Amino acid sequence: MTDTRQIFHDSEADRRHRPRWYLGRVAVYGALLAWTLVCLFPIYWTITTSFKMAPDVMQGNLVPFVDYTPQWLGWRSLGLSPDTIGADSTVREQFLLRFTNSAVVALSASALALALGSLAAYGLSRFEYRFGFMKNDDISFFFLSQLILPPVVLALPFLVLYREVDLLDSRIGLILLYALTVMPIVIWIMRDQFGSIPTELEEAALVDGLSIWGAFLTIILPIALPGMVAAFILCLVLTWNEYFFAALLTSTDAVTLPVMVASQTGSQGINWWSMAALSTAAILPLIVIGIVLERYIIKGMAAGAVK
Amino acid sequence: MSGQDRLFIVTNDRVSPGRARLGGGLIWGSFALLVGVAAWQILGQTGRVADWGNWRPTLYAYCLWATCLCAAEVVRHGEQGKRRLFVMPAALFVGSMVFFPLVFGLGIAFSDWNLASPDGRRFNGFGNVVRMWSDPFYWNALGNMVWYVLAIVVEYAIALGLALLLNSQIRARKFFRVAFLLPLMLSPVAVSWMIGKSMMEARFGPISRVARWLGWDNPSFFGDPWLAKAVIMIMDAWTFIPFMMIMLLAGLQAIPRDIQEAARVDGANPWQNFWGVTFPLMLPVSLTAIMIRIIFKLKIADIIINVTSGGPGGATDSVTSFIFREYRDRSNVGYGTMLAFVYLVLIVIGFTLFIKLVSRWMRPQY
Repeated sequence: MTDTRQIFHDSEADRRHRPRWYLGRVAVYGALLAWTLVCLFPIYWTITTSFKMAPDVMQGNLVPFVDYTPQWLGWRSLGLSPDTIGADSTVREQFLLRFTNSAVVALSASALALALGSLAAYGLSRFEYRFGFMKNDDISFFFLSQLILPPVVLALPFLVLYREVDLLDSRIGLILLYALTVMPIVIWIMRDQFGSIPTELEEAALVDGLSIWGAFLTIILPIALPGMVAAFILCLVLTWNEYFFAALLTSTDAVTLPVMVASQTGSQGINWWSMAALSTAAILPLIVIGIVLERYIIKGMAAGAVK
Repeated sequence: MSGQDRLFIVTNDRVSPGRARLGGGLIWGSFALLVGVAAWQILGQTGRVADWGNWRPTLYAYCLWATCLCAAEVVRHGEQGKRRLFVMPAALFVGSMVFFPLVFGLGIAFSDWNLASPDGRRFNGFGNVVRMWSDPFYWNALGNMVWYVLAIVVEYAIALGLALLLNSQIRARKFFRVAFLLPLMLSPVAVSWMIGKSMMEARFGPISRVARWLGWDNPSFFGDPWLAKAVIMIMDAWTFIPFMMIMLLAGLQAIPRDIQEAARVDGANPWQNFWGVTFPLMLPVSLTAIMIRIIFKLKIADIIINVTSGGPGGATDSVTSFIFREYRDRSNVGYGTMLAFVYLVLIVIGFTLFIKLVSRWMRPQY
């Protein structure tokens, strides 16, 4: 017979901790799941509503296939349902025009801001400048202080200015303005990125005969690429979603997706399915980017925080 | 100058006089072209020479001048110029994109200019200031901004709580992180439809259903001034809490583990550990996050414009949405610009004070 007595016991005090530990776990996961619900339910609601019909909306049906049968009604009103996708549709053309406007403006503005901002951030992280009375810290502050500038201050003067140079309702006008608004964020993130790359790398490259620009383009840029992706995505989020300037500065040709969504909210009353489809189309690209490139976004936003 | 460079390079900085002259010629030549084109256009306005219709040619000349300025930097200063070339384009871009509108805006702010009326611009001195002084809606909007900014304290508490949760020992951390991040990716306009207009719709919205189930007979979220304000705050918080959360999470992860372990060994319970160790160490990150959040909060407009357009009775109006409607409804550029400039001045003063006040807690402590 083996001795079944345990030699080592959890003491009475330790065993009393077990229920409390489980209680703590339940509380933690309960809070996490509750907030997940808060975060995801509106998205779920919007996507499912785009497949509902009027009675489903009024009865408050929530789960597709169980409560109701999904219909293509909302997407048909955008000309994007399976049965209308082949046919010509003016609604779809309108929608696609807005969509391309948004895409072109957001991508080009982010790219422009990233290019100019990265160069400036690199220069500021490596060299001591003196432009008149401005030294490095002043130049950095000059760039970052643009964040404080509220859009309203620029909006009306730009409206008048753009009217004079015929840039109203044009993609170029929006691109320039958006690049200005996101530039501080790029410089803020990239300055930390470049600052964390040791200068020995360039020194070695310069000894081997590269020029300073050559060293920057071939050695430093590839290393800083993850940070640049992060900055680019953040810019993309801000420019894709921008509404205020777009609402003021565009009227027909260069209208972006948020303006289109906003212009429909007032007029359509209870026509929920088409609004839901439109909203879904407006948020889907960024949701996909958010899910796929989540770690870059987090890295980018973390960059400036811990300094 | 290069003595303090982080990246110290010895370069041949000697530039031949001919090259220096070429660089100078480049700058002044293109500048002369710019002045010439601008002068021609000003004359064109008066009708003495052919008018080009708009100011595009001047814009092009300005761009050419800016490019020549960058190029001349290399021609005139050689290696040193190549270094300055890193900062020059961004500085010129931001400088001109901010300088011209601000100067121009100052001119507009002191004039009575209704874009819809045929009279055009009329200088009216401090007329707009006088009008602003007795405009209850503007002061009301400024007052609302104070409430909106104060709401950040609550947002911060929630964001810190979530960051602590995500930083604790949990499974499926990545799933929760993605889920918590998603609201940040959504456009405020879409959010204002998704939540403000459909989920809170009085008859069929799911939130209204829940409210009715909880015993509120006739849920209307935008009838009562304070409730409407709170709902706007909640919607704005919903999109921006992930932003603060991620910055705070980064701060939490940067705290060295041994400090917290040392506290635990010394007998601190979790509560003491948080208030005595974690929270003080998090102060710099927290203040950075709050500061950036304030900056974004001061721009709040999209949700307000689309959900309540300022109502009921201006209870939810922010300065931005008020000026937006001032332009949209009355095309009043002059007055709107003056309001915006006053707002800017208030923000700059407020921020300077805020930074002065908190700067001694902003230094990293580990």
